[in-house]
Amino acid sequence: MSAPQKNRADLAVRLGGDLPVFAGFTQTARARAMARLQAVGLPHSRDEYWRYTAPDLLNGAVPNLGAQHPQGQLGAKLNPLVLTFCDGVFDAAASSDLALLGGKIALLSNANTDLHFAQDIYGSLEERGQTPVARPFAALNTALAQEGVILHIKGKIARPILLNYVAKADLSDVILHHCIKLDAGAEVTILEQGSLGARGNLVIEADLATGSALHHIRSQTSDDAALAVTHLFACLHANAALKSFTLSAHGRLIRNEAVIELVGDHASAHVAGASLTDGPDHHDDTVFITHQGRACESRQVYKNVLKNGAVGVFQGKILVRQTAQKTDGYQISQSLLLDGDSQFLAKPELEIYADDVKCSHGSTAGAIDDTALFYLQSRGVPRAQAQALLVLAFMAEAVEEISSPDLAEDMRAQVEAVLQRSRL
Amino acid sequence: MLEIKNLHVKLQEEDKVILRGVNLHIGSGEVHAIMGPNGSGKSTLSYVLAGREGYEVTAGSALLQGEELLEMEPETRAAAGLFLAFQYPVEIPGVGNMTFLRTAVNAQRKARGEAEISSGDFLKLVRERANTLKIDADMLKRPVNMGFSGGEKKRNEILQMAMLEPKMCILDETDSGLDVDAMKLVSEGVNALRDAGRSFLVITHYQRLLDHITPDVVHIMAAGRIIKTGGPELALEVENNGYADLLAEVE
Repeated sequence: MSAPQKNRADLAVRLGGDLPVFAGFTQTARARAMARLQAVGLPHSRDEYWRYTAPDLLNGAVPNLGAQHPQGQLGAKLNPLVLTFCDGVFDAAASSDLALLGGKIALLSNANTDLHFAQDIYGSLEERGQTPVARPFAALNTALAQEGVILHIKGKIARPILLNYVAKADLSDVILHHCIKLDAGAEVTILEQGSLGARGNLVIEADLATGSALHHIRSQTSDDAALAVTHLFACLHANAALKSFTLSAHGRLIRNEAVIELVGDHASAHVAGASLTDGPDHHDDTVFITHQGRACESRQVYKNVLKNGAVGVFQGKILVRQTAQKTDGYQISQSLLLDGDSQFLAKPELEIYADDVKCSHGSTAGAIDDTALFYLQSRGVPRAQAQALLVLAFMAEAVEEISSPDLAEDMRAQVEAVLQRSRL
Repeated sequence: MLEIKNLHVKLQEEDKVILRGVNLHIGSGEVHAIMGPNGSGKSTLSYVLAGREGYEVTAGSALLQGEELLEMEPETRAAAGLFLAFQYPVEIPGVGNMTFLRTAVNAQRKARGEAEISSGDFLKLVRERANTLKIDADMLKRPVNMGFSGGEKKRNEILQMAMLEPKMCILDETDSGLDVDAMKLVSEGVNALRDAGRSFLVITHYQRLLDHITPDVVHIMAAGRIIKTGGPELALEVENNGYADLLAEVE
């Protein structure tokens, strides 16, 4: 069987008998996504972007839940509006009053047909993001998403919106799909925390109009065995700004993809991540940033701590189209290997068609600095504590990418909690 | 305070002997200086006393107030009262200087069975001592030694010493990379800490530092041994005549 045939055969197995009948306002988008998915099938380790992360676990049987690590509410100081999804089902009782959110909001499961914007955005950025690299799990998500929130943000929203995920059922296979449309000059902070389910597939599509700003902060640290694949698709118009940060730990296999297109001039996209992975777990950050507009800036900062034979993967691409003169692109991925068995696999890619461009990338993999360790010990700090302090410092550099001091502080506390749970 | 007897040390990874029988007695409250040509083993002596990895002690002992240092972990030596001011202070990205100081102070207190210092008391103390060394608030906030000039790094070492209040301080070429004003500032910091219960071992190439920190005893080290011991006048002799005469005397 050829590779594409195998991919499609795997898909047929996963989907089982008859295809679902799509209905509601997302009907067309879902049908189109299903067609895209059927054309490529499920990912396979022979696919270029799945060479370092075997998709078998994601394609196979859904596992039981791992041990759950409840966390304090992310951004509690900022009094967030909370939307809770329990095993992928919206939990109104554990959520804020939707009317408080202002603007327009709808749930995927009961979206009104007057939400024309939702009809336009649902699946559209995901579809654009399928070229030049196919992202089958995102197409699968658009086709089969069980729930999600559709937000139309006008103006600046002071309180963050917290998407709170709670996993309770073993074998829960959760697919959520959120859409966020920001009008010109709008600004919002989206927080995510918790575990989607035993297996989670999440897509966020964000459309940023001129001069709008989206802050996105995610914590994926609450499940010991979770399988998760996420995609953030963002399209930035002129002067728009996106800042996204993800903290990951404990999951069995986590792959976070960011697919970002800077279409307007002077737009800015910063994506960052810090992760701690304990063997045999596997963590993957895959980023694809396309510069189309002039004088845009993009920045990727990723920090991975790996121990006990864990595997970390970073695939980061900056594509600069011919129109994107004066691009400023930056990418750094660093890993701290706490033992000789762990691995970090990095694939930085720059593809540049414009001639007046500044792009740089760097990638490092190394052990804890012995000299720094001795320096701390010589001041009386016990070795284990000194090591934890250095790991924390390493991860904290990515946390500095968060612009809100309150949220950065929350994240730093979460990093500390993660280190403690990992006995560091 | 510190009693080093017949200390022999080689590099762990290679067959290179560095210290060949060092004997040194430093009494309580005394300031000793060690001078010597490059490669004589001065820095190795300081690292071995502080417990750095990579060295193998093949013979001898080093007692700090009667306790064997060489068998302790580096952090235990620190809690026992040993302090090494590094020749090249280490930069630690991501760890704030203030966090570093506080972690160190509290770790030592904990090791000695004392209560942690309160945030208020710590802040007051660190500000007061930083001020004396002309270390500003920004240097306290920045990651440890990151972006510090040579002089700032050395002042930061003295600040750590002032905060940790050790009994036995080893200064490894603290004068290297310092301009005249910085040397004065660092020396004043050291002198302020001199007292009857605290001893110093000052490792230096130049007599200049000893103009500011007057030693009680001066040792000359060569080829892994202390070859001559005398008063402050010995440092002047080295400054004027170099090491050649002294080395010839021994051979």
